[in-house]
Amino acid sequence: MRITQGCFSFLPDLTDEQISRQVQYCLEQGWAVNIEFTDDPHPRNNFWEMWGLPMFDLRDAAGVMMELNECRKVYGNSYIRLSAFDSSHGWESVRLSFIVNRPKEEPGFRLDRHEVAGRNIRYTTSSYAADRPEGRRYG
Amino acid sequence: MPPNELMTASIPTSRRTQHEETNMNQHSMTIHGKDRYKSGVMEYKKMGYWEPDYAPKDTDIIALFRVTPQDGVDPVEASAAVAGESSTATWTVVWTDRLTAAEKYRAKCFRVDPVPNSPGQYFAYIAYDLDLFESGSIANLSASIIGNVFGFKPLKALRLEDMRLPVAYVKTFQGPATGIVVERERMDKFGRPLLGATVKPKLGLSGRNYGRVVYEALKGGLDFTKDDENINSQPFMHWRERFLYCMEAVNKAQAASGEIKGTYLNVTAGTMEDMYERAEFAKELGSVIIMIDLVIGYTAIQSMAKWARRNDMILHLHRAGHSTYTRQRSHGVSFRVIAKWMRLAGVDHIHAGTVVGKLEGDPATTRGYYDICREDYNPARLEHGVFFDQHWASLNKLMPVASGGIHAGQMHQLLDHLGEDVILQFGGGTIGHPMGIQAGATANRVALEAMILARNEGRDYLHEGPEILAKAAETCTPLKAALEVWKDVTFNYESTDMPDYVPTPSVAM
Repeated sequence: MRITQGCFSFLPDLTDEQISRQVQYCLEQGWAVNIEFTDDPHPRNNFWEMWGLPMFDLRDAAGVMMELNECRKVYGNSYIRLSAFDSSHGWESVRLSFIVNRPKEEPGFRLDRHEVAGRNIRYTTSSYAADRPEGRRYG
Repeated sequence: MPPNELMTASIPTSRRTQHEETNMNQHSMTIHGKDRYKSGVMEYKKMGYWEPDYAPKDTDIIALFRVTPQDGVDPVEASAAVAGESSTATWTVVWTDRLTAAEKYRAKCFRVDPVPNSPGQYFAYIAYDLDLFESGSIANLSASIIGNVFGFKPLKALRLEDMRLPVAYVKTFQGPATGIVVERERMDKFGRPLLGATVKPKLGLSGRNYGRVVYEALKGGLDFTKDDENINSQPFMHWRERFLYCMEAVNKAQAASGEIKGTYLNVTAGTMEDMYERAEFAKELGSVIIMIDLVIGYTAIQSMAKWARRNDMILHLHRAGHSTYTRQRSHGVSFRVIAKWMRLAGVDHIHAGTVVGKLEGDPATTRGYYDICREDYNPARLEHGVFFDQHWASLNKLMPVASGGIHAGQMHQLLDHLGEDVILQFGGGTIGHPMGIQAGATANRVALEAMILARNEGRDYLHEGPEILAKAAETCTPLKAALEVWKDVTFNYESTDMPDYVPTPSVAM
């Protein structure tokens, strides 16, 4: 399966040139871009690990691309996403987020159904990858 | 915003033309002292409801009415009557006024202008003291402003065009239960419009069949599906059946995509007790969102907004019924006023027009509605039908929803007209796809992502739109099919409601 979180997951994987143009857009809006990675892509896992801090005061996308490549060297078989933070009043949140790296195989999620009173069902989504310990999930 | 903007209502002066410079706004005719309270009938303009010298206070609520007096009725008297009948007046002088601080409580019409290019119509600006209104109550606000005057015999027609709500009053309302920022954080979706679809056919599907449509659409790539306004609990589908099957669909699609999904479960019902019961069940099942219809009434809407805030629920409002009073230019209540009231009342989503789809919506007027929903400060923009500066005092932003007759081939126009913080709902444009519902959803999602990518890259996406879509369709057969099927579908009809003022190009200095 292919996880479709983030802004561009329905398009073919972005090339580095395309990623760089999106980063440049973010920087031009005055947003700080953060690199985040995880091997637990559960849809409610908000807090992916941070690769350093959000890059404040950056003007050129090349800086982000350099860090991204460093991150890929270490976590090349994990999910990596870029998130852009807007500090302006009324937003103060993420304004753009998209996946820039995926593991070779994406095993996806199991849906557990726990049948309870009446016809109710309690649902639990769990990542097949997360069955294994952190750091050893994608081989 | 300059600090003094809050202090006075911004009443634009630039629009006065020579033709309009009448002596209409000249002087007060108010009778004072003992003579004011002589028994009998007195003209409203003499009773203190016409005060052309009055400078509205920063705490006043200001209403702008479009007044169409009956033939032979003085427009100033008609406007004063509107002020009177929407505040303290009755048809005759009453001595009991003298037991009160009557001058404070009288609404004051302070300006009357002829409407450009509309003979017989006048814009009346009326100021109301804050003490005339109960805190945090749309029911009270609306009962005061539109409660009594719309059937007044000396008027042919009356329309409430816009309102300036002082910060002092705005702060007494909860506002959107969730708001755009938190909704995006909860849904984990940033940087693009959200996508939805209304389940079709509107009526007749069993719970199980209904859930099928929800599953297919969500799995195909939509973020939300939606009950229609009249899907409540009918013989063909009891509400509990719908909720149970829909949540199976949502969870299954979530696991299949790794994305958060939602379906607006319509909890509209005959009583508040029934609505609370349905909302509680939606919560118990883990839904992220519920839905109500405008026809449940302002108080019920505010109650559900408070419930939604307490229960971490996004609250979708379908504006069912609004066109009965918002659509005609001369009579009723403009939708921009309804949008303001709903932002105060506390809903998170509101249908606000598509411009290009099948339902009424002139681009400039629609832009005005969207600004009212999404901005923290609205400067007066007559060309968008926004008459007053409005400060929202950090009240949450309200997500506009574009729904009705839109399809993937219009993606560039939709993004251009409506921006990024909007929910695009393709009902027929998803479910009617020749390759099935999932394909329809995928077509919309691919079209959207391709357009956002292009916009962010700095491309002239509005003009290159068709090209961008064609390119994206090369690697997406469903999009190719969607573009083919709906390529010629447009809805070009004349709008029945549009701004009265158009910007005049000026010579650059």
